[in-house]
Amino acid sequence: MSHLTQAPVLEPGADRTMILNMGPQHPSTHGVLRLVLEIDGENVVRIMPDIGYLHTGIEKTCEAKFYQQVVVLTDRIDYLCPMTNNLCYVLAVEKLLGLEIPPRAQWLRVMLNELTRINSHLVWLGTHALDIGAMSVFLYCFREREDVLRMFEMVSGQRMMTSYFRVGGLSVDIPLGFLDKVKAFAAIFPGRVDEYEDLLTGNPIWQERTKGVAYLAPGDAIALGATGPTLRASGVDVDLRRDEPYSAYHKFQFKVPVSQGGDVFARYLVRVQELRESIAIVTQALQGLPEGPVKADAPKVVLPDRERMKTQMESLIYHFKIVTEGFAVPAGEVYQCVESPRGEMGYYVVSDGTAKPYRVHMRSPSYANLQALPQMCEGRLIADVVAAIGSIDIVLGEIDR
Amino acid sequence: MPLTPAITDLDALKEKPEVAALLDWNRAAVESARWDRNELTAWIHRPHIRQACAVLRDHPTLRFDALSDLTCVDWYPSEPRFEVVYHLWSTPRKSRLRLKVKLAGDDPAVASVVAVWPSANFFEREVFDLFGVRFEDHPYLRRLLMPEDWLGHPLRKDYPVEGYR
Repeated sequence: MSHLTQAPVLEPGADRTMILNMGPQHPSTHGVLRLVLEIDGENVVRIMPDIGYLHTGIEKTCEAKFYQQVVVLTDRIDYLCPMTNNLCYVLAVEKLLGLEIPPRAQWLRVMLNELTRINSHLVWLGTHALDIGAMSVFLYCFREREDVLRMFEMVSGQRMMTSYFRVGGLSVDIPLGFLDKVKAFAAIFPGRVDEYEDLLTGNPIWQERTKGVAYLAPGDAIALGATGPTLRASGVDVDLRRDEPYSAYHKFQFKVPVSQGGDVFARYLVRVQELRESIAIVTQALQGLPEGPVKADAPKVVLPDRERMKTQMESLIYHFKIVTEGFAVPAGEVYQCVESPRGEMGYYVVSDGTAKPYRVHMRSPSYANLQALPQMCEGRLIADVVAAIGSIDIVLGEIDR
Repeated sequence: MPLTPAITDLDALKEKPEVAALLDWNRAAVESARWDRNELTAWIHRPHIRQACAVLRDHPTLRFDALSDLTCVDWYPSEPRFEVVYHLWSTPRKSRLRLKVKLAGDDPAVASVVAVWPSANFFEREVFDLFGVRFEDHPYLRRLLMPEDWLGHPLRKDYPVEGYR
């Protein structure tokens, strides 16, 4: 952890080393990450991540919006898992309000979150393999991702910025034919994961580029704040879906893949295994999906049905008040975390009793995982830096917020 | 689940192992505690925060080995103005604890916990950048998200959301 104990040398210091900028416009940094590398020939002596190129002040914007308006902002911080961010935020507000969510909404949230995880992991697998030189995997992954995005479009009208979850449930019930689409996808997807694994897992070039590369010891991973697949690939058995269940996760049976390797290959194995577990959860959600409403019975928080608004005075008044004044949330603070595809996504929401959040802080997994990068790469080759960045699956929108 | 009233009495909260451990370690360091919405918060007096973090990390049964989040809340114009918030996480016990430190508006400085959890590095730099809270003994306290030559700290409540400063 040399990057922590002393200030980095940003000007050429000892004669042997030189400073090289990687990014912010580098195709393998997955966004606008800038890495200041101090290199000795091909070896990386020190890495200094430089972030902030995408900082848009979302946390500040949240403080000026009503609680229900913030949902739209949460999509934007991570374009690969919008539903996970929606879920984490609405869970936090529901915890502040003390709201009870109907079971059907809970199950649909779980199902859509697992589809989101598949979507995110497919983009990760495709781009990660592309970085390392396995080009064709990208095309395979994006073929299935297209199916998932079409499902998102069915439920929310949007492929990426879904904003489908609302405080108190879902915006609308799922459309006709959606479950058939999911069923068909769940039937073919395990075979498709086999295809990806055929291309990569036993591939000697892939193994050569990933095995033993960017090793992260379990103790360092915990201390540096790594979570999610990055932590599980270092042999720490932690998964918030199982350990601190939210929504309806405690009703689902799933395994938490853990690997002892700690290298890029281990992270690859954990995520591919998670693809299989996710589709198993989706299948369980399909089988046990309860009937009933998708919105909580809380007229002061949840927008009324359009039909009732046309016939009932009360509903119209509530609709008007929620849209113009928002809803007041009892004073207090909560920290709600969910297992995003990248790790622990946490929302810390402070309420002062008004209709706008006093403070919203997003604890993003990529932000913490990025801190483990110098530990993984220092003393290794530059080419391995590319593999390491891909293996921690960072999204810069989420890092900079 | 419906809301229940928060528990703020230190003696009533002694049954929580985290509160008991903090009180056993140094009763004078603990300002107050609160159990609300199934989350435990403890306010620590500013001079003791790094020690409190180290005690909780090294405690044989509590084992808060990870700092999951560190952030700040600005209560402008009331005093003490800033509250630095630490979210501790125990990976073996799968449990969480929130620590808070109150800081006065004219002297927003607190000891850095990078020596306790290296993950605090980016989080403290972010709080320094956006709130102007200084972390003493931080190895590299510089702006992180905003440009280096930026004036002001955007997440302070007296900093406008839009328009000119």
